[in-house]
Amino acid sequence: MLSDVLQDLLEEGLPLLLEHLVLVLSSILIASAIAIPLGIAVAGNARWRGLAIGIANIGQTIPSLALFGFLIPIPYIGGIGQHTAIVALVVYALLPILRSTVTGILGVDPAVRDSAVAMGMTNRQILRKVELPLAAPVILSGLRIATVTTIGTATIAAAIGAGGLGVFIFRGIASVDKVQILAGAIPAALLALGADGLLGWIERRCVSV
Amino acid sequence: MPGLIEFRNATYRIGERTILDKLTLSVAAEETLVLLGRSGSGKTTALRLVNGMILPTGGELLVDGKATANSDLIALRRSIGYVIQESGLFPHFTVEQNVGLVPQLESWAPERIAARVREMLQKVSLPPDEFAQRFPRQLSGGQRQRVGVARALAADPKVLLFDEPFGALDPVTRLDLQREFLRLRAELGKTSVFVTHDVREAIKLGTRIALLDAGQLRFIGAPAEFLACREPEARAFLEVFEDAQ
Repeated sequence: MLSDVLQDLLEEGLPLLLEHLVLVLSSILIASAIAIPLGIAVAGNARWRGLAIGIANIGQTIPSLALFGFLIPIPYIGGIGQHTAIVALVVYALLPILRSTVTGILGVDPAVRDSAVAMGMTNRQILRKVELPLAAPVILSGLRIATVTTIGTATIAAAIGAGGLGVFIFRGIASVDKVQILAGAIPAALLALGADGLLGWIERRCVSV
Repeated sequence: MPGLIEFRNATYRIGERTILDKLTLSVAAEETLVLLGRSGSGKTTALRLVNGMILPTGGELLVDGKATANSDLIALRRSIGYVIQESGLFPHFTVEQNVGLVPQLESWAPERIAARVREMLQKVSLPPDEFAQRFPRQLSGGQRQRVGVARALAADPKVLLFDEPFGALDPVTRLDLQREFLRLRAELGKTSVFVTHDVREAIKLGTRIALLDAGQLRFIGAPAEFLACREPEARAFLEVFEDAQ
């Protein structure tokens, strides 16, 4: 009897877990592709830096359910389904990644940057061989925060038909079924813990070099 | 005969502030010119004009007869060794990678870089087998400065610039490195410009001393002449010197 319930959950749950992973990974990849280059570009200039972080901050302050709702009527990027959810999740992930990139680049010892210039390195070489490797642990810590929060926020994506583990949670709430809620919440929490552990491990390996 | 490095009315201003005011002096081949002065006297600015870290806002600076403003700055910097306080070593590079940096930027063959790095480490009295694979944080302050010197020498530059290289070291290590500097100079005969605020260091290491005060040149001459100089800023430094004797 109980095993039948678990069997059903498992059968339905695996595809949802996969959907959830797709939502999170695509959002983090897109957000990184935007925020890391942007962070590098604005780090050196106080005005651009303030502007970029300010805009990312505004994105962060919109309540997530409201943001999903706002996006539905917008043409091209909006509508019902996965891509709308990814747009919203990207908006949330931008700030931690952008902020950590800027912090990481600014944290490079000025004497080290100075001597890189004095050795005759080009700006590109300084970025690739000095600034990025030294900023990597800090950038990774931002990526880690972004990933963990995105795994949680992505459960809300089910509200606009994007699938993922949130499907269990919303259904559980609607039918007052604790087992369904837990079936969504526990894997999401485990996923977050796993991602945190994995990225933390990479971050530590990065620091020890 | 023009010097290897020529300051010609070299001026550097940031906004309204004049950091360096019409500096004219020349550095001959194989000499060690010490730029002596208090904090804010413009001595580091003068040094940074030489390898084009900054360009003069007035007048000009010539290295080997060519104005830095018309030079390929990347090539110029790679042809000039630079040693700074706290060494500025790359913390994520091993000693070997740090020392081999400029040869690597200049695309030397890997075997040639490796051989050159070993040679340079031996020159600064760091046994390569023991030190090549260490990271800067695994070295003492004095050892880091030695690596900094080895890095500056690696691509056989025609000029060496020193920006208070021994300023952060304890007095015993400092003396050690000053002796090493003199030994290396006798051996290599490089042209050097050396910035310091330590009058004893200036007298010990300089073949000539240029005294800067508020961006202006107050005195230039051999250490023996400096000792007899009556100029007030020179007197101020000499009092420190006499007090220490």
